[in-house]
Amino acid sequence: MDMSLLDLACNIATGIAFATGSFFLLVGAFGIVRLPDFWSRLHAAGVIDTAGAEIILIGMMFQTGWDIATLKLILIAFLLFITSPTATHAVSNAAFVAGLRPQDLKKDETEQTLSDVPTAAIPYRSMLPESEPAAPSKSSSGEGSA
Amino acid sequence: MILFIAGTAALVVAMLLVLARLYLGPDLYDRVLALNSFGTLTVLLLGYIGFLTERPDFLDIALLYALINFVGTIAVLKFFRYRALGRGLGSQDGPEA
Repeated sequence: MDMSLLDLACNIATGIAFATGSFFLLVGAFGIVRLPDFWSRLHAAGVIDTAGAEIILIGMMFQTGWDIATLKLILIAFLLFITSPTATHAVSNAAFVAGLRPQDLKKDETEQTLSDVPTAAIPYRSMLPESEPAAPSKSSSGEGSA
Repeated sequence: MILFIAGTAALVVAMLLVLARLYLGPDLYDRVLALNSFGTLTVLLLGYIGFLTERPDFLDIALLYALINFVGTIAVLKFFRYRALGRGLGSQDGPEA
């Protein structure tokens, strides 16, 4: 009696988690397809990576009981929680340094600020070719401190 | 079991949508972003397959795939910025070394 009630509660929790997680997955995938430019698609990818995946993995944890599979699911969730925002940040940083800008940008204020960014934010800018919009004085001073 | 089948169906639809962006993406970074999302969805699909076939070994493959996905994304980005993978990221030598 008690165990079947616990199973029912776990099934309900799994159903709720799968429903919300699948909702976030579908919203993120639809946004990746339909949003107009790269910088807005980043938001949709972030929804998939954190909200959708984590909620679905939590829903799977309700079905394993206390098992070694639960530990593996916790490891996968922790790993995705760390690496997915890092990968998204790396993609956006690479696109920004490569000169990609939002679609309807009226005035590019980053032309001045990119040369003022400390070299810790763009660590290997001194290794980039000369065509990059980096200030040569900043990059030469950054090489000494790095 | 019906929960896992429904979740897998929604996941496959999401994977197809992300694949469409991977094919259409006008820029390199759109494709890398879609590839990263597709890898995350593949991790979830491996988890679902493990539950559907009742073989929890698939969770090991999912864990490994999560690791490889992250490293692969970083490797693709590094390759397309420096056109090489062998140079150490901490080297002070400049692009010609």
